[in-house]
Amino acid sequence: MTQTDQDGPFLTPPASADLLPPPQAQRGDRWRAAWRSMVLGRWPLLALAILVLVSGMALFGPILAPHDPNRQNIITRLEAPMQADRNGEVKFVLGSDGMGRDVLSRLLYGARISLLVGIASIAIGGTLGVAGGLVSGYYGGWIDDVIMRLGDIQLAFPFILMSILFLVVLGQGVTNLILVLGIGQWVTYARIVRAQVFSLREKEFVEAARALGARDLSIMFGSILPNVMGPLTVIASFNVASVILAEASLSFLGLGVPETVPAWGSMLAESRDTLMANKWWLAFFPGIAIVLTVLAFNIMGDWLRDFLDPRLKENR
Amino acid sequence: MWTYIARRLIQTVIVILGVTLISFSALHIGGDPTFLFVPERASDEQIVEARKRLGFDRPLYEQYASFVINAAQGDFGRSLTHRRPAIEVIGDVLPATIELTLFSMIIATVFAVPLGVLAALKRGTTTDGSIMILGMLGQSVPSFWLGIMMIMLFGLDLKWFPISGHVPLLEPLLTGDFATAFTNLPQSLYYLIMPSVAVGVYSLSRNARLVRSSMLEVLSLDYVRTARAKGLGEFAVVVHHALRNAWLPFVTMIGLEFGFLLGGVVVVEMVFSWPGIGRLLFDAINKRDIPLVQASVIVMSVMFVVINLIVDLIYARIDPRVRL
Repeated sequence: MTQTDQDGPFLTPPASADLLPPPQAQRGDRWRAAWRSMVLGRWPLLALAILVLVSGMALFGPILAPHDPNRQNIITRLEAPMQADRNGEVKFVLGSDGMGRDVLSRLLYGARISLLVGIASIAIGGTLGVAGGLVSGYYGGWIDDVIMRLGDIQLAFPFILMSILFLVVLGQGVTNLILVLGIGQWVTYARIVRAQVFSLREKEFVEAARALGARDLSIMFGSILPNVMGPLTVIASFNVASVILAEASLSFLGLGVPETVPAWGSMLAESRDTLMANKWWLAFFPGIAIVLTVLAFNIMGDWLRDFLDPRLKENR
Repeated sequence: MWTYIARRLIQTVIVILGVTLISFSALHIGGDPTFLFVPERASDEQIVEARKRLGFDRPLYEQYASFVINAAQGDFGRSLTHRRPAIEVIGDVLPATIELTLFSMIIATVFAVPLGVLAALKRGTTTDGSIMILGMLGQSVPSFWLGIMMIMLFGLDLKWFPISGHVPLLEPLLTGDFATAFTNLPQSLYYLIMPSVAVGVYSLSRNARLVRSSMLEVLSLDYVRTARAKGLGEFAVVVHHALRNAWLPFVTMIGLEFGFLLGGVVVVEMVFSWPGIGRLLFDAINKRDIPLVQASVIVMSVMFVVINLIVDLIYARIDPRVRL
């Protein structure tokens, strides 16, 4: 908006940089800088590779899967990985489970559920939190008090316990899981957005927007939100990691993804029954898939934090 | 100090009321909760009778009020499967859970401090890098999966550690039977090792990173430089000067830590058949013993809230700045 003002004959160009929103580097430069910093850090590159791989599994799982993930076969139960049959053919690269289903195919399909639960919960929690934080920080006063005290209460006890209670009552299922995990996340976002809004509210570019007659909503979403996207992306990345872990725990307790749906958490839950029989592959592969995915999101979060705000760097 | 204590006490009461409100609404979120308390094939008369007996025909605010009043007296209703008050059932298994949580906390602290300090002192080297990456990895592993893997490797394959079982330690201590506690000690620890490592690795990793960054911050301060300039040995500088301040932020985390550990304990107990509240909760979930699930969740949440209160008060005593 300030750009067009300069065309007016009676307005002097803004003297202070404060009148402009914080400068954004050229898009291309920014991406190049990001890539360079990833290559320099090495680990973020590995994390990116894992995330590309997992997303590929989620997108193309059905094409890549050698078998139907739900096809049961009593004869081929609990076959070890790479075990050749009578014709010398390896039918199950990663073995088969207690119902004769192909572990590899289930693993490929499972990527969908883990990513879906992780990302959808964050979308719900993030939206709620951003809205709450914007309103809270922008209006202040009693609205702020109510929203923040609610958040304090929620953070004052381990949310996984309440998730258990809600899921017992609502019943297991992917939708319920996403809802409960999503609602569990909002406070973090609300707090960050609120803090940022407080500091941005008095900045001159926001006042300028207000002086030009912009409505509250358009100031919140148009002027303030773009400036808090950085910290939000960082938190979201760490959050996806912790939500995937929570999903695995809840599924393992029999509260998350139903065992009929091929998902990493539910595969681990099923492996409970064969734990003592030492069928290691049933627990090993889905677990490794979870660990690598979560690790990738954690490394990404770490890298993003350093990249977006070098001041927060963990004293390297 | 007194105003601080009063403020924290009021906050705690509000939070506990919040916990009861949330767990109360959890039951009512799906409509009439009577169906959660009766057998699946209950007749219409039985349902009507149960609704009246459990008070679900009364207005919601009345139900909530009596729920809170009963809960304050430790009455969470009767467990459907154990056929006795839920709080009693929980009381029986609580010592085992506390043992596991405390021991995990010890592991998470005892190993985290030296690792974090080492990483900080060797900043930028391969040692530092490896500790940091291991720390990241430790925060990415589901605790129960780690437990399963340890059972398979160290339990079933190498046979170094028992894969399940528990020798009571806290229970004899609490009942004053010190002789039994003493004779049980080696066995108790032997059974505790695998489950508490599984629970503790997550916190251990996070703490090590925390100690490292807080140590780096302190090491760059002037008073540490002065200590070095005085000619103090490296050990004295690190342990007596730097660490004393570096571990303060770490203390604040201990209360929150307990919450993370509790979340892990619930699932890990299942894997190791540890006879604590986690396994109780799991059985209650599977048998849809709602009063027991509700009671377990509330008891654990309240424990967490109270421990945080205690930690905060102790911290305020150590560091007067907090009280302001």
